[in-house]
Amino acid sequence: MSDTHEETIRFVRDSMLPQQEPPASSVGAIGWARANLFSGPVNTVLTIISLAFIAYVLAGVLPWVFQSVWTADSLNECREIMQATWGETHGHACWAVINERWLQLLFGFYPSELYWRPILAFVLLLVAVAPVLFPWAPNKLLWVTAAYPFVMPWLMWGGTIWGPICVAIGFAILFFGAQFLASRIGSLAGLIVAVVAALIWWLFIVGPLSGELGQAMNIGLEPVASRNFGGFMLSILIGVVAIGCSLPIGIVLALGRQSDLLIVKAICVGFIEFIRGVPLITLLFVASTLLNIFMPPGTNFDIILRVMIMVTLFAAAYMAEVIRGGLAALPKGQYEGADSLGLDYWQSQRLIIMPQALKISIPGIVSTFIGVFKDTTLVSIIGLLDPLGLSNSIRSDSAWNGIYWELFAFIAFLFFIFCFSMSRYSMYLERRLKTDHR
Amino acid sequence: MKKSVFLGALTVAGMAAGVASAATVDDVKARGTLNCGVATGVPGFAAPDANGEWQGFDVAVCRAVAAAVLGDPTAVEFVPTTGKTRFTALASGEIDMLARNTTWTFSRDVDLKFTFVGVNYYDGQGFMIPKELGVTSAKELDGATVCIQTGTTTELNLADFFRVNNMSYEPVPIETNAEAQQQYLAGACDVYTTDASGLAATRATFETPADHVILPEIISKEPLGPLVRHGDDEWGDIVRWTLNALIAAEEYGVTSANLSDMASAATDNPEINRLLGTEGNLGEMLGLDADWAVKALGVAGNYGEIFEKNIGESTPIGLARGLNAQWTNGGLLYAPPFR
Repeated sequence: MSDTHEETIRFVRDSMLPQQEPPASSVGAIGWARANLFSGPVNTVLTIISLAFIAYVLAGVLPWVFQSVWTADSLNECREIMQATWGETHGHACWAVINERWLQLLFGFYPSELYWRPILAFVLLLVAVAPVLFPWAPNKLLWVTAAYPFVMPWLMWGGTIWGPICVAIGFAILFFGAQFLASRIGSLAGLIVAVVAALIWWLFIVGPLSGELGQAMNIGLEPVASRNFGGFMLSILIGVVAIGCSLPIGIVLALGRQSDLLIVKAICVGFIEFIRGVPLITLLFVASTLLNIFMPPGTNFDIILRVMIMVTLFAAAYMAEVIRGGLAALPKGQYEGADSLGLDYWQSQRLIIMPQALKISIPGIVSTFIGVFKDTTLVSIIGLLDPLGLSNSIRSDSAWNGIYWELFAFIAFLFFIFCFSMSRYSMYLERRLKTDHR
Repeated sequence: MKKSVFLGALTVAGMAAGVASAATVDDVKARGTLNCGVATGVPGFAAPDANGEWQGFDVAVCRAVAAAVLGDPTAVEFVPTTGKTRFTALASGEIDMLARNTTWTFSRDVDLKFTFVGVNYYDGQGFMIPKELGVTSAKELDGATVCIQTGTTTELNLADFFRVNNMSYEPVPIETNAEAQQQYLAGACDVYTTDASGLAATRATFETPADHVILPEIISKEPLGPLVRHGDDEWGDIVRWTLNALIAAEEYGVTSANLSDMASAATDNPEINRLLGTEGNLGEMLGLDADWAVKALGVAGNYGEIFEKNIGESTPIGLARGLNAQWTNGGLLYAPPFR
């Protein structure tokens, strides 16, 4: 405070007024509503119409969902209970069908005393993907991830433990053989020899050896036939295998498509364009019917395995194009920078190109994943009892014939949980990897 | 493990395509289970219950054959097939027999190279219509909108029927029976047409079945029966005569109640004795045990009992015997003699 202007200024405030709360109409819920919902005549009208529409839908859906029958033995009993309770049968769900059949919708015909096996496989799946998906997960869990492709089939199908172990040994032969031979006879020759050795191991040695070991030391689980697989377990199984395998295959295809090697490029382009040019349902029919005719009679080539291969190939072709989009979006300077550092092709892909290209492609990759997961319901057309196929079977039970929306609502709810979590995770991943300068 | 199966299968496929298979009955015995193709779900004919056990009229035929061949009605692997996959599943050997309400037609028998071993249900295409429309005959349906499942013989039959009677109709194409029910109830079509057994099953699920009538006209013949591959007559005989045994047992009055009495000692009816193996060697001729028919009948009784339990008038589906009565009662069931 100075007194320079003592004469010219009549009044100088020497104390600040206490800060006032903003007016009630511009803060809190009211303020938010004014700013966002009722900021003008057009917006006000739109808001009122939207609210009325939401209220209308909820007024129909909520009583249907919550004023419902949970325990009954048949649709007719449901209707009697509705009639007795509310005096009418319209607008009330009969969840009794879900109450009776939810285990079947989840596990298909998997023996009920063995439900712990798919549940354990699912829990292990979460453990196995954690180190890949989240930075806070301990890196030691990667061992679970590496073991999972061998443990999961064993848990699901059962049988002797030696089969998966022997197949895993084949991968060890491939990996360590290639490393060992690379220093002796050169990397390419070493790789070829290791691949041949591993193929011989898988084709001719694994079968007899695991049989012998199984007889010598019979450690195993009770086998479960593929025919008993069904419901959500089947969808998740096909979805997870297709998702897990399609990403690496897709990366290889995308790189192959950009390769300078003519044959590699031609094969990759041909594969991608062929698979993308054919509807998935056609591939599934090939898997279920055409392959049967090519096979000699009596060959038992598991139908679920055939379907998983077809869905994986289908997803891989789409994945390759999504990743190619990521590769194309990278500035040329990144490739040149990698070259100028003296990195060879694989090093530059691994350290420079792929981390960036994959990051760009995350939304596309995840929507491909979600699409593949939902496409697994198409297997109901070739007679596999996925949730949609089972809903048809359940409806054929004369107790539940005529029930419709309840089954679809339940199936939609479960699919929504999975697809929504995948979508949320991808948004989390994008935020975490956000290093660009927006 | 799975990978090895896959690679192994590919190699075998490459090397050994076209190896002749052994007789089906030997395969079944060696395997210890019968692979039986059924529908993924047709009310009363094939459907899994809450425990995953398959139930139904077609399923009972599979179980009877398994009991006759293997002595165990539970030794059946039920392979759900759709209308699109059923024939390749049978032709490729994935299943040993198909019992999936399949209409016996010339081209399926001759051109697709299957052997229909008999008829276990005589069906026919009918019409269902709301009672309030006041229609009493299919001949009055000129100009109606008709819900119809696409890609089935019913579609062709419908077109033929309307053309012959010089009427017009507007089809509402539908994919599944469940969808058809919803559309019909919502009034998207005036008439729903499919096999009469399906109509009865559908009507039974309505809240007020009495408001809907099934018109008296049956516009097609749909003899449904189990089938096997061409070229293995021994196996075809086993399935054929198992079905005939179920039908003949009803004719001779052999039921699940008196089966053990009749089978324990020869009765005074030689036909029953030959059927139940207390006389003659019919089982041996089939390559089965002498009491094969006793085992088949022990599963769920004779044809009439199976019919009553799964689709008969005491069930919600409530089908009358009609054409499926014994020939002695004015129906079409007529098992050849067991001698």
